Amino acid sequence: MKSRRFVLTFPPDATGEPITYNLIKKYDIMVNIVKADVSPGKIGHLVMEMTAPAKTLKEGMEYMQQQNVECVPIDRKITYREDLCIHCGACSAVCFAGALTMNHKTAELTFEPEKCVMCELCLTACPLKLFSIDLG
Amino acid sequence: MLKKRSIEEINEKIRKGKAVVLTAEQVAAMGRESSAAEVMDKVDVVTTGTFGPMCSSGVFINFGHTTPPMRMEKITLNNVPVFGGIAAVDAYIGATETALPHDQYGGAHVIEELISGKDVLLQATAKGTDCYPLTEVKSLINKDTVNEMIMFNPRNAYQNYNVAVNSTSRIKYTYMGTLLPGFGNATFSTSGELSPLLNDPDMRTIGIGTRIFFGGTTGYVAWHGTQFNTGKPANKHGVPVGNSATLALIGDAKKMSTRFIRAAYFEKYGVSMFVGVGIPIPILDEDMARRVMIRNSQIETNITDYGSPGHDTLGQTDYKTLFSGEITLNGKKIRTAPLSSVRTAREIAAILREEIAGGRFLLTAPVENFQKTAGLNSLEIRL
Repeated sequence: MKSRRFVLTFPPDATGEPITYNLIKKYDIMVNIVKADVSPGKIGHLVMEMTAPAKTLKEGMEYMQQQNVECVPIDRKITYREDLCIHCGACSAVCFAGALTMNHKTAELTFEPEKCVMCELCLTACPLKLFSIDLG
Repeated sequence: MLKKRSIEEINEKIRKGKAVVLTAEQVAAMGRESSAAEVMDKVDVVTTGTFGPMCSSGVFINFGHTTPPMRMEKITLNNVPVFGGIAAVDAYIGATETALPHDQYGGAHVIEELISGKDVLLQATAKGTDCYPLTEVKSLINKDTVNEMIMFNPRNAYQNYNVAVNSTSRIKYTYMGTLLPGFGNATFSTSGELSPLLNDPDMRTIGIGTRIFFGGTTGYVAWHGTQFNTGKPANKHGVPVGNSATLALIGDAKKMSTRFIRAAYFEKYGVSMFVGVGIPIPILDEDMARRVMIRNSQIETNITDYGSPGHDTLGQTDYKTLFSGEITLNGKKIRTAPLSSVRTAREIAAILREEIAGGRFLLTAPVENFQKTAGLNSLEIRL
């Protein structure tokens, strides 16, 4: 079973349905909340790691869709302009999650979005401003 | 065994396409198995490279005259103020000057746009004189419409630099990047064994007039750089520990490339510019061979606390450890990150090697060597 990270976006008029509870209880998806920013009356975001067999995961995603909760793999929410990157390493200084690391042999930056915790520190740490996060 | 070779002899070999040229990384690796005498025997030239943020940079520009002419006084390019306190249509674009209130865009971005060939908005005003009657101008310029674009950087290519950490409980936004609280990370900014002035620490072959790779074209060492300091103690491998010598560099910005000149914005600090510099080092004798064989493990620097007002020195480390991704300070492991692009530094050293091996780049002896200094003056407040 593969663990994948997703960004869940809750509409401001979320029904109050216990989405995460249901994902665990009804769909048996292993859930690890990485970051949460949910307030009543506002668009909410949850960065979440989900571990489940592909079929179960698909059912869980369909359930979220029915509840009007957008669920997108994390790498589709983060844009990294690799074509413009100079591989200085400034972003790797702040990435305590280890998603951005320098490979000393090649002297190049490695970006593993699956490790990202959406702390957003790289957005400002990159001197060329090559990262952006689109939370809609 | 060959004991000495002159720059003229090396240039003769370069002209014939027979010079043996290695990058500083290649010669450092060779040095693990070969003695200085063997390296002296086999290698003629070693190429270096660095591509780090260098704030003390800028471009002299001459816009050409309007009809009627104007002595431009207050000048902006894309709303970034540029220095016009020189002759009529000359100006200096300082890399760190910013377009208030948009302080994330500055002189370095203007320079990058000019180098890339883009149009830039020129606006200038003047009081008007009998010889220069025009009082206002607004127009688009680019590198083909202006006369000169001369990059002149008063302080580049620092010989070694401190490692930055943050002892406080708050994030520090610095020119050394974002420093996480409680020693959460450590940043450093030289290309280590590839760095130009670390391969000739006594500057025997680098001086006024030295021909170099500069921003993608050929440039020259104009002078010693500002804050030039040869008073720093050297370690047992002959390398000064901490910030020491610097170079003032000059070159034709019209011929430069945005691959080797890139604008940068450091959060809550300001604008800076990544500058690509490569210097060839001729191996004149065994002493020079020994110098260029220097390895990351032999280059040491100070770990300084950017959380303290005086940037207190807390310890020392070497570049092998820094590049490994982790240093240990007072028993605590700290994640490290570079700020200077080693990938581009390698590219620069490789380009320079190809140019020299291909007979297209000849070496120069310094017109004059730099004077040694005793240290730096501080600014005393006296009124």
